[in-house]
Amino acid sequence: MLNKIIVCEKEYSIDEKIANILDVLVHIKTTQNNSLTFKYGCKSGVCGSCAVVIDGVEQLACISSIKNETTDIKPLRNLEVIRDLVVDDSNLEVKLVQAKASLEEYTDVTVSQNDVDKIDLQSNCILCNSCYSSCPVYEVNKDFIGPFALARAYRYINDNKEANTKEKYDAIQTNGIWDCTLCGACSLVCPANIDIKNDIMKLQNLSVQNGYENPAFSSSGDDMFGGFDSGADFGFNPNGF
Amino acid sequence: MYDVLIIGNGGAGLSAAISLHNRGFDVAIVSKTNATASQTSQAQGGINAVLGTNEDSVQHHINDTIKSANNLGSVESIIMMCEEAFDTIKWLDTLGVPFSRDENNNIAQRQMGGASNKRACYSADYTGLKILHTLYDTALALGITFIDDSMLLNLIIEEDEVKGITALDIKTSEVKQILCSTTILASGGYGGVYHNFSTNSSATTSDGIISAYNAGVKLENMEFVQFHPTALKDKFILISESARGEGGYLVTKDEKRFVDELLPRDIVAREIYKKQLNNEEVFLDIRHLGLEKILHLMPQEYKLCEQFTGLKMDKDLIPIIPASHYTMGGIKVKSSSSTNINLLYAIGECSSNGVHGANRLGGNSLLEIITFGKKLGDTLCISDTPISNKIYEQFLQDKSMIEEEFTKTSKKDFYKLRDNLGKLMYENVGLFKNEKNLNEALEIVKEYKNDFKNISCTDKSKVYNTNLKELLEFKNMVICAEIIIRSALNRCESRGAHFRSDYQDTLEDFEKNTIISYENAQLNIRLEDVK
Repeated sequence: MLNKIIVCEKEYSIDEKIANILDVLVHIKTTQNNSLTFKYGCKSGVCGSCAVVIDGVEQLACISSIKNETTDIKPLRNLEVIRDLVVDDSNLEVKLVQAKASLEEYTDVTVSQNDVDKIDLQSNCILCNSCYSSCPVYEVNKDFIGPFALARAYRYINDNKEANTKEKYDAIQTNGIWDCTLCGACSLVCPANIDIKNDIMKLQNLSVQNGYENPAFSSSGDDMFGGFDSGADFGFNPNGF
Repeated sequence: MYDVLIIGNGGAGLSAAISLHNRGFDVAIVSKTNATASQTSQAQGGINAVLGTNEDSVQHHINDTIKSANNLGSVESIIMMCEEAFDTIKWLDTLGVPFSRDENNNIAQRQMGGASNKRACYSADYTGLKILHTLYDTALALGITFIDDSMLLNLIIEEDEVKGITALDIKTSEVKQILCSTTILASGGYGGVYHNFSTNSSATTSDGIISAYNAGVKLENMEFVQFHPTALKDKFILISESARGEGGYLVTKDEKRFVDELLPRDIVAREIYKKQLNNEEVFLDIRHLGLEKILHLMPQEYKLCEQFTGLKMDKDLIPIIPASHYTMGGIKVKSSSSTNINLLYAIGECSSNGVHGANRLGGNSLLEIITFGKKLGDTLCISDTPISNKIYEQFLQDKSMIEEEFTKTSKKDFYKLRDNLGKLMYENVGLFKNEKNLNEALEIVKEYKNDFKNISCTDKSKVYNTNLKELLEFKNMVICAEIIIRSALNRCESRGAHFRSDYQDTLEDFEKNTIISYENAQLNIRLEDVK
């Protein structure tokens, strides 16, 4: 039996015995179309190279399987396609720098396993860009710091070895945590199971606790969203605030 | 033009880059992969260090490492690495690596094979991944330049001194020369030569090692390839040593155990392979540990196993197979990481600095890459000779070589040859080697080399041409395969990871390093006393 695989709108027939999506792509490239262009590396879900959109959902090709007789594979969204399934991922560097996602000032404190557990999941991020592909805010605003960089900002803000969180909070206020619609698309597609939406909500709460203000509630009325009733938001969000 | 150019963005390259940047040097990191896609991301188990929080001692660590090296290691390098291990962990901790903690809030340590104590510091079962990403975050914050999607072609050498590199810009297929005062190779190992039979990333195609070899840099001990006993059958996905360490069994189809599972990796791997040769399947059985313990100890493995085989470790026997996993050989360097070419250094898995000798101890690979990377960054003397801006002959040669690929007709399918090469290396140059099989492999590999004139990329687009990249990788793999085979043929004994069924004893006469060099257009091999 043959399965139908559509990669970047081109059809291929593949023996149903080849079930792993990365194996399918490698098989097509090495036997049917040497020009098919995609990236891969570890084959085990940790290098973040092979994220693609499979039947409309962002997934790592290496840990995904064929589930239907016809499978549609497309490149990640919201990033410029260089060729076939390869996208321009220069946003990785830009966004991590923008979010100041690193340990800036080490402080020698006692660290317990409980402290490590608080940042364990976030530090499993493999920078595969699935979350940016799924993000409706990033789709319309490329200045948005975006999901993985905010999750990583949360990881360092929440790291009790970090002595200087002030600059990190500053960095994520504009085009950052308040621009997120908390739709949760990023959390759904994250292959490392990081609940990014939840982390962004926590960053919002922590920001308020540290004296920052949601610009949508700003009393000045002249910020970029024009205040709470401006209607210039990304739609009503029941989970929002 | 940069003060220092580092080829490879894994743990070794990043550690060196951060240290060099902190000393005020202009550093750039060149790589064909994304910054966090390096092999380091796959290291699970841990990183060895004596922290002074249990009864372990640095001397024990040194002794265990020397024992594992089977008298081929450099005692000087081993002592240096073990003595600096504490500082390495401390440095990583200050950069933000979230090491797991014990009940006393000390960095937690686990026992690994061949270690006389609990010595491996870890971050759940994602140790390499978390170290890699923390180093990357640090490097980005410091403003270190990353030149991604650029594959190393050749070193530019003039008067026995390296001047920089030529690289293929994968995005455009243009060849560029990148010049610098000092060059560091941190380009990873050669496990990928065992194509389809390796736990390694598809990127470990020995590019750095072969470009060094082609430029007259000496290589060492290339016959020493470590096979991991337990990869998922057909998928070659690693199931880590902890599965056996925690009490897992290796069984045949009738659920009979056949080997002491806690023996060193190479011995267990060979026992499994013997069964394979008899057409007997071998399984990992950890059902008796129970779901709760399995999920606590190896959540990543449980997930991977289910994803790839549909089998559950708490309910099913898991079919396994040994796979090429780590390569001990590489570019011959002194303990200072210097090569025989001026201003050229090598660190990490692409180098052979003598810390692993004939076999690597679990938990020492992460330690090696960070310690030697950082140490080189801290101590490297940069040449004060101004960098010449001229167009080098190497650049012109490589430019026409790449241009030729776009006009050449491919007469043979190199993907088929690549599959054949992987199988040949696994079967003939794998866990059991003998003269007949090695010679047979050598002849076939020579044919592949002859076929270089007949193969090319069939994709002639200049935009992100992975067909071209894989062609160049394949050529490196073939040259590397010949070196491995010739080295293995020359070592008529068994030692560590190198096992010759026709010479099963470890011999004093071979207590020597294999030195490989490319001189007068020929591969030369000799043995050299261990210092």
